[in-house]
Amino acid sequence: MNENLAGNATSAVIGATSFARRHWLWLAALTIALVLPWLFFDWTKARHAGFVVSMLSQMGIMMVFALSYNMLIGQAGLLSFGHAVFLGLGGYCTAHALNAIKDGGFWLPVELVPLVGGIGGLTFAVVFGYVATRQRATAFAMITLGIGELVAACALLFKTFFGGEGGVSTNRMAGVSLFGWSYAQSIQVYYLIVAWTVISVWLMLFLTKTPLGRMANACRDNFERAQFVGYDPRMVRFVQFSLSGFFAGIAGALYALSYEIVTYDAVAAPMSANALLMTYIGGVGVFAGPVLGAVLIVLLQSGVSLLSNSWLVYVGVLFILMVAFAPGGIAGLIFMHQPIWRARRMGRLAAPYARILAPGLLVVAGFILLVELCSFLTIGAAQGKTFKLSSLTVDPQTVGPWVIGAVLLAGGGLWLRREGRRFGAVWQAVMEEIKAVRGNA
Amino acid sequence: MNEPAIRLRNVHKSFGQTQIILGISLDILRHERHAIIGPNGAGKTTLFNLISGRFPVSSGSIELDGHPIDGLPAHEINRRGLSRSFQVTSIFPRMTVFENVRCGLLWSLGYRYSFWHLLGGQRQLNEAAERLLEDVNLQGRRDVPAGLLTYAEQRALEIAITIAGGAETILLDEPTAGMSRGEADRAVALIRRVTEGKTLVMVEHDMSVVFDLADVVTVLVYGQVIATGAPAAIRASRVVQEAYLGTEVH
Repeated sequence: MNENLAGNATSAVIGATSFARRHWLWLAALTIALVLPWLFFDWTKARHAGFVVSMLSQMGIMMVFALSYNMLIGQAGLLSFGHAVFLGLGGYCTAHALNAIKDGGFWLPVELVPLVGGIGGLTFAVVFGYVATRQRATAFAMITLGIGELVAACALLFKTFFGGEGGVSTNRMAGVSLFGWSYAQSIQVYYLIVAWTVISVWLMLFLTKTPLGRMANACRDNFERAQFVGYDPRMVRFVQFSLSGFFAGIAGALYALSYEIVTYDAVAAPMSANALLMTYIGGVGVFAGPVLGAVLIVLLQSGVSLLSNSWLVYVGVLFILMVAFAPGGIAGLIFMHQPIWRARRMGRLAAPYARILAPGLLVVAGFILLVELCSFLTIGAAQGKTFKLSSLTVDPQTVGPWVIGAVLLAGGGLWLRREGRRFGAVWQAVMEEIKAVRGNA
Repeated sequence: MNEPAIRLRNVHKSFGQTQIILGISLDILRHERHAIIGPNGAGKTTLFNLISGRFPVSSGSIELDGHPIDGLPAHEINRRGLSRSFQVTSIFPRMTVFENVRCGLLWSLGYRYSFWHLLGGQRQLNEAAERLLEDVNLQGRRDVPAGLLTYAEQRALEIAITIAGGAETILLDEPTAGMSRGEADRAVALIRRVTEGKTLVMVEHDMSVVFDLADVVTVLVYGQVIATGAPAAIRASRVVQEAYLGTEVH
């Protein structure tokens, strides 16, 4: 009997080790998510850094949102321009549910409130999806654009549900908690968001490994072939779209819990564009791609927006560059290195990478300088701000800084092109080597 | 006793003003290997598209195993036991060879639109997929994205997807087109093996393949059947020779 127990314990340890080995990246990400707020904890005042906690919360929300969007664009090949509808409507449902809980209308612990958003998102996705998924490709994109505009217009028209321009305010502290948390502090909400992000990410990963997930890929690749193996591509699109709406709704619920207000912004076109940007920049071809995209975009949104009026310009340029040069997104760029990493030849790329870093930085510096000069000439001037680089004041009315910016951009660009070619040659050589080694083996 | 697997009655098809199929009536018997030949533009592929439900018929009726199927969507016809391949290779290019074959199996094993089964845990499904890969000699290419296969391999994969669902009636549209002699011979052997005991209808341009494989040959010219019969009879038929064969048979 003792032996049996020991055996069970050993197999449990082995099971845990193999689980950790297979999912170490996810576990590492989760650990960072749990620990990070404490690195910014102000021990003298015994308070969390509000900015960091709210930024991390937003990252969690946007991860779920971007991953739900990738269920359409990446996994099913469906380009939607109205995904915010399901985040927003999920958010509104949650806000109303919280208010109803407060008024004693019904009972639900705060921890389970995100399900209300999910079911709200799912319900609306079933209704709108029934129309949109009749089509695919461009027609589908057009219909989702129309639905997005329709719901955004409704948000301003139907005040009882959407609260007009002021939106619907709510109070997350109104409900009962399973753990006795008050949710007065944003760190508690943050951990609730982490929990729901983990659940949602796991479920969405699970979905990619099911018959539906696989047939979504199949319909993306070749919808006609899917038909001739017995599947109705429209039904595949419809179910996938509905489930995607469920997760967008959960993201919306977390949004409502985090901000305690849901407004027009949550359903409107810029939010839909956000989903597309995050997902595409992160990478549509890899499951975790949108997670990276969400982290990056939220960093830009909350970090760079403090420093610069023109942060959206940078996001836009980044998006265009990604679409043009790295259609696999950040995740695609990382995965390109996989064969080289496996062949233990990453060292060969160190020097070439260092060599393109210098001209790359020059180009970025020149570009930022020019954009900021433009920005200070117009918005900055209107706001009465002055352009300062540490202690140096830059006057956009003089020629000097413009010339410097242009020289940095053009000179750096030419240099980068040369180094880029050299980099390409080294890359090619390393890949050939790996192929040759594999051929011999 | 041997009922037709496919029965066409006075089938017409026109695209706008252009008539492609002008009244075809044809019985394709069960377990028969039936080749459809004819010059370019005769309407062979269109006929396939009508039978498989890719296009609706303009008039006439099509029966599969005694049940009318004209007007049904393609996936419904597939579920009733008719599967087809395409003239231009039609696979799932970004998915691996194994995933391609597995997709071909899913519906027939009853998974439907399930989002609660983990594919990795379905033993029967995965073993069936592995067996199919062995059948078409692609087990060595199991984890390669299908888009990266050679042309002949892609054709073999398409046949694997086509037969995966266990359909009793198989339509192959020019399965050996664009292949070298050796590749075509291997493809014919493969087709013969995997369609054993099934009804096979194929469009084929290569006459050696046709006369090697087919029990019955139907000749289609300008949307009409001008002859149907055993290969030897077709080869001997003067009508066929005048209309078509004389220029192609060596």
